[in-house]
Amino acid sequence: MDFDLSEEQRLLKESVEGLLKGSYDFDSRKKYAKENGGWSRSMWAKFAEQGLLGLPFAEEDGGFGAGAVETMIVMEALGHSLVLEPYLPTVVIAGGFLRRAGSAEQKAAHLPGIIDGSKTFAFAQLEKNSRWDLGDVSTTAKKKGDGWVIDGEKFVVLNGEAADTLVVTARTAGGQRDRNGVGVFLVPANAKGVTRKGYPTQDGLHAADITFTGVEVGADAAIGDAANGLPLIEAVVDDARTALCAEAVGAMDESLTTTVEYIKTRKQFGVPIGSFQVLQHRAADMFVATEQARSMAMFATMAAEFDDAKERANAVAAAKVQIGKSGKFVGQQSIQLHGGIGMTMEAKIGHYFKRLTMIEQTFGDTDYHLTQVSNSGGLI
Amino acid sequence: MDLNFSKEEIAFRDEVRAFFKDHVPAKTKQKLVEGRHPSKDEMVEWYRILHKKGWGVTHWPVEYGGTGWSSVQHYIFNEELQAAPAPQPLAFGVSMVGPVIYTFGSEEQKKRFLPRIASVEDWWCQGFSEPGSGSDLASLKTKAERKGDKWIINGQKTWTTLAQYADWIFCLCRTDPSAKKQSGISFILVDMKSKGITVRPIQTIDGGHEVNEVFFDDVEVPIENLVGEENKGWDYAKFLLGNERTGIARVGMSKERIRRIKDLAAKVESGGKPVIEDPKFRERLAAVEIDLKALELTQLRVVADEGKHGKGKPNPASSVLKIKGSEIQQATTELLMEVIGPFAAPYDVHGDDGSNETMDWTAQIAPSYFNNRKVSIYGGSNEIQRNIITKAVLGL
Repeated sequence: MDFDLSEEQRLLKESVEGLLKGSYDFDSRKKYAKENGGWSRSMWAKFAEQGLLGLPFAEEDGGFGAGAVETMIVMEALGHSLVLEPYLPTVVIAGGFLRRAGSAEQKAAHLPGIIDGSKTFAFAQLEKNSRWDLGDVSTTAKKKGDGWVIDGEKFVVLNGEAADTLVVTARTAGGQRDRNGVGVFLVPANAKGVTRKGYPTQDGLHAADITFTGVEVGADAAIGDAANGLPLIEAVVDDARTALCAEAVGAMDESLTTTVEYIKTRKQFGVPIGSFQVLQHRAADMFVATEQARSMAMFATMAAEFDDAKERANAVAAAKVQIGKSGKFVGQQSIQLHGGIGMTMEAKIGHYFKRLTMIEQTFGDTDYHLTQVSNSGGLI
Repeated sequence: MDLNFSKEEIAFRDEVRAFFKDHVPAKTKQKLVEGRHPSKDEMVEWYRILHKKGWGVTHWPVEYGGTGWSSVQHYIFNEELQAAPAPQPLAFGVSMVGPVIYTFGSEEQKKRFLPRIASVEDWWCQGFSEPGSGSDLASLKTKAERKGDKWIINGQKTWTTLAQYADWIFCLCRTDPSAKKQSGISFILVDMKSKGITVRPIQTIDGGHEVNEVFFDDVEVPIENLVGEENKGWDYAKFLLGNERTGIARVGMSKERIRRIKDLAAKVESGGKPVIEDPKFRERLAAVEIDLKALELTQLRVVADEGKHGKGKPNPASSVLKIKGSEIQQATTELLMEVIGPFAAPYDVHGDDGSNETMDWTAQIAPSYFNNRKVSIYGGSNEIQRNIITKAVLGL
């Protein structure tokens, strides 16, 4: 049993934190957000330079063969600085599909572009009525010759506007909510029949609603088993949830630090408001919530190694519940303790609150995951 | 990072688990499962079993009967003990006065008291709190005046747990009334058979008798019963209170309670179905389980940290343990109340010694719920814990 980072992991943490410290303060972030698609190409190139974009891939594929802990380290740092760049959709999700189930040809075609930073990806999964159910898929992929024809609509696709390639879930057989018959397809974003409507999201990221009308792709577009891809989707989304938990811990940690700093300096009634016990105890509760969230983010990260898929999924669901609750509490109380200034777009604290709020709404909210844990018989 | 115990640690866990399974007396175990209080004889019986096995004072230095275990082994031992469930070693002797004596006491005190603490020949209780000194402990007024080769003690202690069984009490007494609050206090060992000591029971809201008032009326104590230096008692008290950082989370105990909740909720029916099949109930239970899992991980972080970097610098996460641990213990007793519903009502009259033997298991659920309100009050109330986080962690 060990919660310490290895020497290599510690160096990774220092290097990613160092990079962001030097180039990702709140004012820089505002500038990056104005670039095309809402993120900075030059930052992305720096991520590539530091090897962050190649972390989880096997060495023979040009990566560094790193595991879940390394992803946690990076995501926590990204959360600390509210990073806008599409690490989650590109490296964690698209990279996760390719890494777990991509053919040698698919890996050779796509991983170099991810690793060197020349290509980004998006995960087109959410549909009008699917909410949190990954198996609720109406978009269809129909066999045509050797290839496939994709039709349907996807919503709130993060980085959907800027991505070069879309990873699309689509039904190859069965009814809308059948577990069987869901496949995963690689679709060039500029393919004929793809229409993208991009927009900023509440937390400063960018997403797109995407329509697929008779989009033709080759046989090599399908990742893994096109007839039974749901277990793969679930595994990759669990990776993404785990990464989001780490990102949220970074955001909570920064929210707490910023808030404590603020109440030490803000004076009312002639004294720093941090001298009032009612605010001190609120801050103490924020600390407790952050530490409990950190513990569960670590738990979900380590659960990636569990052999039993059900146990792994349960651990991730439990972590997502804790992160949802802690994130809401820390986010809301950060605004409350800042008072009026916390309500302004100009202060950074509100942006952390907004990102934490959106993380709760990604890949299953607190209630959804609580039901998952409850239905699985709990953790003890 | 690695969540797994080593092969040796797993073997150790299995050994400990098997020992508890075979050696905790059945009736004592049943009482603990049902949230009842074992009698003094039952507790002493169990402590002697532990002592004989060499596990009575596990964390003491080896020369005084300790085991030399790693912090992970201590963690495993405590978890298994709570989960068995078996009575926890008597904290007042084993975790409190024992370490104070072997750290600050004289050679004579070590020789005289430590073996008898380890074998539970002496039952110890704690004389800290007073009617006017709860969270503000350093305001205590009980005074010890030096007269020849004796201390003369006058005053009153309260919330003295199981003083009705005790042979000895360790007391914080004011020995220099002119000094500032913390600096005029001494740590004195007092024989409960001394003339002038009166123990009066306090009945708590669950009907039980765990705590007492202890009155000191010109009690004479030999001068050599002072521990360490005169007027340095506050330092020893702080040492004592900081000694146990992780056991306070009671993760093993809460796990055991959750298993019991599931067991009972599968038996008790509501609307023609077992309570466990009510989705609302089950989600409330799942929420507590998730809280507990997070606490377990937080505790493991503290334990792993102590194992690697020593006990010197407390891990900031350790201050979470008391707050969340007590909240979760309370939540489990609330869930038990939900399971039992209207059959929580019948009241089982307690015996004079604090035991209660007579009625079926349902009778203890409401008292357990009432009794567990104490856990966020004792050992430094949760509000005091937040003050500690505020100062020591957040620097406010």
